[in-house]
Amino acid sequence: MTSSHGRGLLHLAAAVDLHAEYDAGAFVELVGLAERGALDFVTLGDSFARPGLDALAVLARAAPATGRIGLVPTVTTTHTEPFHVQAAVATLDWVSRGRAGWWIDVSRTEGEARLFGRRHAAPAEELWQEAGEVADAAARLWDSREDGAEIRDAETGWFIDRDKLHSVDFEGATFSVKGPSIVPRPPQGHPARIVDATEGPARRTAARFADVAVVRAVGREQTGAVREELRAAAAGFGRDPDGLKVLAGLVVDLGGGEHAAEPGHGGGGPRQTAQGPLYRGGPVDLAELIAAWHQAGAVDGFHLTPVEPRRDLERLVNGTVALLQHRGLFRTFYPGSTLREHLGLARPANRYAVTGGAS
Amino acid sequence: MTARRKRIHLAAHFPGVDSTTVRADPRSRSQIEFASFEHLARTAERGLFDFFFLTEGLRPRGHRARIHDLDVVGRPESITVLNALAAVTERIGLAATVDATFNEPYELARRLASLDHLSRGRAAWNVVTSSDAFTGQNFRRGGFLDRADRYTRADEFVRTARELWDSWRPDGVSRPFAHRGRHFDIAGEFTVPRSPQGHPVVIQAGDSAEGREFAASTADVVFTRHGTLEAGRAFYADVKGRLARYGREPGELKIMHGVTVVLGDTAAEAQEKATEIRRQQVSPQNAILALEQSWGTDPSSYDPDGPLPDIDLVADSAIAQGRTRRGDTVALAEMGVPPLERSRERGRRGLSKEKGLSIRQTVIEASARQSFIGTPAAVAAELAEFVRADAADGFILVPHPTPGGLDEFVDRVVPLLQERGDFRTEYEGTTLRSHLGLPTPRWQG
Ligand SMILES: Cc1cc2nc3c(=O)[nH]c(=O)nc-3n(C[C@H](O)[C@H](O)[C@H](O)COP(=O)(O)O)c2cc1C
Repeated sequence: MTSSHGRGLLHLAAAVDLHAEYDAGAFVELVGLAERGALDFVTLGDSFARPGLDALAVLARAAPATGRIGLVPTVTTTHTEPFHVQAAVATLDWVSRGRAGWWIDVSRTEGEARLFGRRHAAPAEELWQEAGEVADAAARLWDSREDGAEIRDAETGWFIDRDKLHSVDFEGATFSVKGPSIVPRPPQGHPARIVDATEGPARRTAARFADVAVVRAVGREQTGAVREELRAAAAGFGRDPDGLKVLAGLVVDLGGGEHAAEPGHGGGGPRQTAQGPLYRGGPVDLAELIAAWHQAGAVDGFHLTPVEPRRDLERLVNGTVALLQHRGLFRTFYPGSTLREHLGLARPANRYAVTGGAS
Repeated sequence: MTARRKRIHLAAHFPGVDSTTVRADPRSRSQIEFASFEHLARTAERGLFDFFFLTEGLRPRGHRARIHDLDVVGRPESITVLNALAAVTERIGLAATVDATFNEPYELARRLASLDHLSRGRAAWNVVTSSDAFTGQNFRRGGFLDRADRYTRADEFVRTARELWDSWRPDGVSRPFAHRGRHFDIAGEFTVPRSPQGHPVVIQAGDSAEGREFAASTADVVFTRHGTLEAGRAFYADVKGRLARYGREPGELKIMHGVTVVLGDTAAEAQEKATEIRRQQVSPQNAILALEQSWGTDPSSYDPDGPLPDIDLVADSAIAQGRTRRGDTVALAEMGVPPLERSRERGRRGLSKEKGLSIRQTVIEASARQSFIGTPAAVAAELAEFVRADAADGFILVPHPTPGGLDEFVDRVVPLLQERGDFRTEYEGTTLRSHLGLPTPRWQG
């Protein structure tokens, strides 16, 4: 059994953020390591203000060098073109054969706004409202070419069944998109969408559009409460709450040996820091924490950001994950091949597909 | 000893939305699966090509508000595919077509610099310049750009991107940048250090006087299509002649023609194959569609195997001049049919009369790309002659079928070019700039 107490599968993900790294090899190595631990996915953060390469580019570069693990770059929605963003994410799904995700984020600062010179920084509420619209438009564009739109009919010469291509005619507050997309519907239908739902303004967007929400809170109860709130809000949007996985986001420092370096810490739980809740301790205690939170039903899993990626990811995979696997709490191999399959999420039906022949 | 021969530059083009893809051909594979891209890129690298090239289209082609159902519509986003290809190739350049009208310099400069890092110096950007509102409907600003403005924006775009790339000194120190111009007013810090090539290679495609001037002032490579040796020489002389004005040497800009190659064991066999391929590419439906596109009328009542009807073309001169609002100029350029000027229409008509061709045969003849058809030895000699005669510096090959159509060229023609001393026998360098023999861009502090 991989689940216990009816909590559903445990989901694990890790960040592969490397500071000031511009060579593909280092990233590929980390992604490969995470894949050896059968993690659901890796994430790579991005912002126009942070030094570093384009995150989607890095994970596209890692795709052919890996086989199963989900690849989730951050792509912001504030200064980018929704049409390009959805095409790039769909393409990541194509080149990885169904392993793409999209960590949706916004650009808040005036500094970022100046890099584009198109508009000023806006309040978080507005930015998240727009992010929701971008997520919505993207999903419509992914649906804008039905599966099977390509018919390649040698007899009639038809390549495409034009009845299976759809304008999306999306009108948002800051943009509009006509459609259809230029990229055929990606292997997963919709690549998984991930939102950090820690802060209020992001929560509505997460509840409505995310497949995975990350919550950065120090306590099990607090995390569980946000999870319930997100699930209720998702249900309010007409979604099946089980279609929204909630992961606890922790920064982890596993440099302290087998067990917690400081008494009352590590095993005692994360503490709040500027970078978010920090767990410091040994891989074994981290496994205890993960198992306990999951079994209590506070979370569907964890998104872990190693402080020292090379060291901590290795300890995470060979220590924490190995232990969870040993106890039957986490998978030892990937039974599926797409990120949605890892997450236990269905491939979404196409909103434009006509079922049953009516038009 | 004679001076070293002018070496031929070769690149491979993965057809996009394009009639060169014949899906009825059992050897054709998916135009979207990564495996197809990988096959063609690896073949091109095995053939020591300079670069692998992807075109772009941002809205499915349509006519009268209907999407063409004959088209191969659908392709992945170029830069993302090229980043993935960087993982399965080592030397070959990776060129993405990206429109300067529907992007912003900071973001695109960053994506291109990222590709250059992740591929260790193999990135190129083919700057295209759409002006049409049809495509613009997919973007934040819409299609506001006047035709006259598209090259001024493209020019400022490229200059701005270079300012961003130059905001990191070669020694790794970065400085804030500020650019204020007609199209862009931006400032801040570029977050990607100087990439292996300094500046990714810039390619230009577009044939107007403005397009040629833009190429002469700023591009490293021109992607063009000029059918005959004479037309190629005239274009070559014209574009290279514009360089001096910008203080540039002729060698700093490479002119490469998009061409197809059909091989056979004998000249007759090659010709037969070429005819068959063209017949596959231009189906009866495609022939009618081509007329519809250039005339703007509905010719579906005509028999594709019947004679070309007498329609007054002047009536729809907007379309004949390539000023359609529906983006058909781009579409046609991509299909291999150059923008349809009236003279070309007259040519088509003359061709049909003179040779007694049917509608379909006329379209086949009139839309033919520059093709090299013959035995491997004849094709090698012809390619070399084109370059020796200053009609081109090289070629961008559009293989048929996709993706296996380049295999035969690499196996049979490349060795002959090498024997003749017209083509490299190994990659001398690791970056695309070094393959192209382009200087490292001076850092503009
Ligand atoms: C050989 C060639 C290839 C082109 N490829 C593309 C392309 O892939 N995508 C695109 O949007 N436009 C493409 N174009 C269109 C040009 O960017 C430009 O919009 C068009 O040629 C009109 O510009 P002009 O008046 O300077 O010729 C291509 C043009 C040429 C000549």
